Amino acid sequence: MKKASVNQRECVACGVCEKNCPRQAITIFHGIYADVNEDLCIGCKRCQKTCPASVIQVVLKEAAS
Amino acid sequence: MKKWNEYLWIFSAVYMVSGFFNILFAWIGLICFITPLLLSIIGKGKIYCNSYCGRGKLFELLGGRLKLSSNRNIPAFIRSKWFRYGFLAFFMTMFTVMIFSTYLVFSGTDNMKEVVTLLWAIKLPWNWTNTSIVSPWIAQFAFGFYSIMLTSTILGLITMFFFKPRSWCVYCPMGTMTQAISILKFGKKAK
Ligand code: SF4
Ligand code: SF4
Ligand code: SF4
Repeated sequence: MKKASVNQRECVACGVCEKNCPRQAITIFHGIYADVNEDLCIGCKRCQKTCPASVIQVVLKEAAS
Repeated sequence: MKKWNEYLWIFSAVYMVSGFFNILFAWIGLICFITPLLLSIIGKGKIYCNSYCGRGKLFELLGGRLKLSSNRNIPAFIRSKWFRYGFLAFFMTMFTVMIFSTYLVFSGTDNMKEVVTLLWAIKLPWNWTNTSIVSPWIAQFAFGFYSIMLTSTILGLITMFFFKPRSWCVYCPMGTMTQAISILKFGKKAK
């Protein structure tokens, strides 16, 4: 199944993805980077489309759930 | 039902306009400087950016709902550490220069200059309100601070237009500072 994957090294922790995720699958870890809860993520790509820094990719994860 | 903080863009919009009516309103903008820093210092991370920044919401509204953004991906160098911290350093230098000129007026070395400068070079042609009711340094700070606020808003609007709505947030000095404070507080970035 496809899941969102954040390049946490370059994430600016702006929170745009968190706000746009329809499943509340993203939280901003202590203002440092975005963290995806793969159990909640449905791979809709809304975060990928809205991330201003373009550091999210929705990719195929091996048997994530 | 929309939460109250979704309307904070009104605050930012009114603020940007208010300076043209009375430059002294510029002082109110200090709230947008102090609040995010305090919040991250007490360990709230980037909650200001994530939930309460009026400017971020203004860009979301203009770029998102009103479709004034071309939604392109931002060039990778802008999100690089070098660019973000470099821009922060540049910004802080400009801020220090502004504080210093306020000090020069305060100490009586310099006369107050009634001018708002855009992008550190363009002088705005505007008949600014009379500020003789306050000490000259209070007015000087207002002019300098308003220049910074206006300049960063315009940079933000330009980046919003060319890239995604909140692209300014990638290199916004406040955002970079609050993230840096959070990293200092909670340790290095993982992964
Ligand atoms: S939108 Fe992008 S840059 Fe902003 S917090 Fe999410 S992953 Fe990070
Ligand atoms: S892909 Fe969709 S569900 Fe998954 S984190 Fe992004 S916005 Fe949320
Ligand atoms: S990065 Fe700057 S403009 Fe964006 S939400 Fe944070 S303080 Fe506001």
